[in-house]
Amino acid sequence: MLKIRVKEYETLRQHGEETYPHECCGVLLGQMDDDGVRTVTSVARAGNTRTDSAHNRYNIDPKDLIRIQREGRGRGEDIIGFYHSHPDHPAQWSSTDLAEAHWFGCSYVITSVEKGKAVLTNSFELTGMDENDKKLVGEKIEVA
Amino acid sequence: MPKIHIPTPLRQYAGKLPAVDVKAGTIGDALSDLVSQHPELRRHLYTDEGKLRAFVNVYLNDEDVRYLQKDATAVKDGDSISIVPSIAGGRN
Repeated sequence: MLKIRVKEYETLRQHGEETYPHECCGVLLGQMDDDGVRTVTSVARAGNTRTDSAHNRYNIDPKDLIRIQREGRGRGEDIIGFYHSHPDHPAQWSSTDLAEAHWFGCSYVITSVEKGKAVLTNSFELTGMDENDKKLVGEKIEVA
Repeated sequence: MPKIHIPTPLRQYAGKLPAVDVKAGTIGDALSDLVSQHPELRRHLYTDEGKLRAFVNVYLNDEDVRYLQKDATAVKDGDSISIVPSIAGGRN
């Protein structure tokens, strides 16, 4: 399960509206408890390096990730997930999303943005032991 | 000693540690020492052929070692090494 405050939830949805018709992307920071519940305490926007195909692809520069991770460490936060948007496309993971997912135990949040408006936001946990058995499994988002 | 920062998904294979001190003169040495201390990490970082997996990025401070001397990149005390799995995707 993913817990997130209204403010951070709206922030990641709004990001998708701002970058439409391109995919947005960013990082979710917070804490993960022993029961696997991830609680978001901050959201960090990232740039999409896939300028060649930003309407249907995203990539976060690892250098950005290191900076975001370092800044989060200073606040006592860990990277617990990522978000991106699907312009005019369902908030459902694609085969590309799964192939490119490697942060096991983290949440992958996807927002469908239709004609510039954020519609549905879903979250998926990357489960499995390694690249051979990984799956993105739908999880509940608790917005409070 | 140089320190390797372990990404969240790999900490369960590194004694739940967020970072590991390593004895190393190069990046290659550092990663070898890391998997020597925590053998379960090996299959997550390396292919069966012993190559670093394509989606595993290794940074020395703020530089991607692919653009330095790769495994031969020199490291020194106080250096910060980060293992950063790729983040990418997109709709079909």
